[in-house]
Amino acid sequence: MGDAEPYIEPTPALACRDLAVGYGTRIVLEGISLDIWQGRWTAVVGPNGCGKSTLLRALAGLASPRAGTISLQGRRLSAWSRRERARRLGWLAQTSAATDLTATEVVALGRFAHSGWLAHRQADDDAAMHRAMLATGSLAWAERRLSTLSGGERQRVHLARVLAVEAPVLLLDEPTTHLDPPHQEDVARLLREQAHRRGVSVVSAIHDLSLALTADRLIVLGHRGVIGHGTVRDALAGDWLSAAFETPVHVVDHQGVHLWRPALEPLGRD
Amino acid sequence: MELGTGHHESDASARLGWWLISCLAITVLLTLGSLLIGTSSIETSLGWLLSPDAQSSVVLWQIRLPRSVGAWFAGALLGLAGAIAQGVFRNPLAEPYLLGTASGAALGVTISLIAADASMTGLAWASRLGVTGAAFIGACGATLLTISLSRGVLQTAGLLLAGVVVAFLLGALTQLLLLAKPEIWRSMQTFLFGSTGFISWSSASLLGAVFCLCVVPAILLSRGLDALTLGEDTAQSLGLSLPMLRLTLLGVVSLATATAVGQVGVVGFVGLVAPHLVRETLSVNHRQLLIGAPLCGGALLQAADLASRWVIRPAELPVGAVTACVGGTYLVLLLWRRSRDG
Repeated sequence: MGDAEPYIEPTPALACRDLAVGYGTRIVLEGISLDIWQGRWTAVVGPNGCGKSTLLRALAGLASPRAGTISLQGRRLSAWSRRERARRLGWLAQTSAATDLTATEVVALGRFAHSGWLAHRQADDDAAMHRAMLATGSLAWAERRLSTLSGGERQRVHLARVLAVEAPVLLLDEPTTHLDPPHQEDVARLLREQAHRRGVSVVSAIHDLSLALTADRLIVLGHRGVIGHGTVRDALAGDWLSAAFETPVHVVDHQGVHLWRPALEPLGRD
Repeated sequence: MELGTGHHESDASARLGWWLISCLAITVLLTLGSLLIGTSSIETSLGWLLSPDAQSSVVLWQIRLPRSVGAWFAGALLGLAGAIAQGVFRNPLAEPYLLGTASGAALGVTISLIAADASMTGLAWASRLGVTGAAFIGACGATLLTISLSRGVLQTAGLLLAGVVVAFLLGALTQLLLLAKPEIWRSMQTFLFGSTGFISWSSASLLGAVFCLCVVPAILLSRGLDALTLGEDTAQSLGLSLPMLRLTLLGVVSLATATAVGQVGVVGFVGLVAPHLVRETLSVNHRQLLIGAPLCGGALLQAADLASRWVIRPAELPVGAVTACVGGTYLVLLLWRRSRDG
């Protein structure tokens, strides 16, 4: 889809080689090698429990790998200092915490890697926060406490916090959870815009297959590792989704839009 | 830009300002009250205050004032420690004693009392150390034991569990020692209930110095506690060092609690209730909480100290019993309100 547009020549912003990650005695991912292209929005899809979150956590440096290497902008992830890394990698967790902080205070935490412990907010911090809250439509709740917001509103504040980092690489675990379909589309549009207009490399786990198929690239994960990594066209041509979910997955082309079609037929009676 | 400079934020800071001023005003009133209330009647005390003589000024300025000031600082330390503990463990029920401090202090005091009873050298050591020193060492030892049992400060769940284990273990040891030497039970009791009666100017200034030492790093690290409310992964992704944050803040909690326990014994509920009171009345981030909770805890313990002298005067209640009654009632009210609103 989007890959027909003229981009700058893609180079990997984030790459891993022979990555193995696990918790305790359980190995969740093994032998993963991926290049995350710069200026593209990559969606990670796969069945529950296949390790989407684990992959994103590992790429963000939050789960230390058992084996293999991860490099960020050509340099080993562990070689970056904590603050340098935090300025380059934005991370959105799957659960959006309901804290007593106000939306503005939460978004300001996104500037921590820039301003540090003591510094007061500078004009550029304020500008970045304003842009991020405008883009996510969360300015209206700027002074509301997060615990008083709905799940979807909270999710947008957290998204604003990630955008406020202004990192070249964004790793988002299910950024569209808790959002109603129109707002899911808003987020998808936002991610595409970040990738295409600002050259940000966006990687997001997405549950909704139709939404995931609007991304530039797909990483399809199955229970036995990466089924495929490429453009949406590659994924559909190779039927990667059926392989990943271990059941036939039907995608229909509706006027150029790829839609996931449930196999379950409608009832056909009232 | 319009972020953060809007009238909402100035509203919030005005509210914080009023809140701080009223807290300080209450503290001043309580201090005045504590000068007037004691074994003598209020009229006598008022007379002493207006026309002081040598004896009365000793009572007012060397006994009552340091006691009240010390109670404030001890309460402030407990309020601060409670607020930090609740932030670090991301648990609103966390309190200053959760690392085993109280049981360690009790064991320390028991051992020193037994040693003083057993031999002359023991007595010499115990008297040099004092009850406060023994309690402080016991509290620190228990904290170190908890941290080493959980192998560091990274796993908060492990740390909580280790704290419970240490509390039980040291509690059992104290009980065993008391079984063997029942005659020290009475002196232990004062300590176990908590008492503000022994605070001199030297212990008040020790409490004050430790409070200043603790409150500065805590407030400097308050943004880290804010970030931690978003979850550990998110906090780390923001560029925060969790081990550094936890180690420093738990160090502050341990020092604050051990010092307070050493001087006033095991005073319960202040550390648990003070941060809740601040949160209930003020919408707060951790910087405001870490300023508000000590002020609130200080006023609470001062008030409890005053009440302990007033209720059955001229005799005194143990201050720990007063805080337990008031704190417990408050928590029950909080619980009722939550279940009604929810």
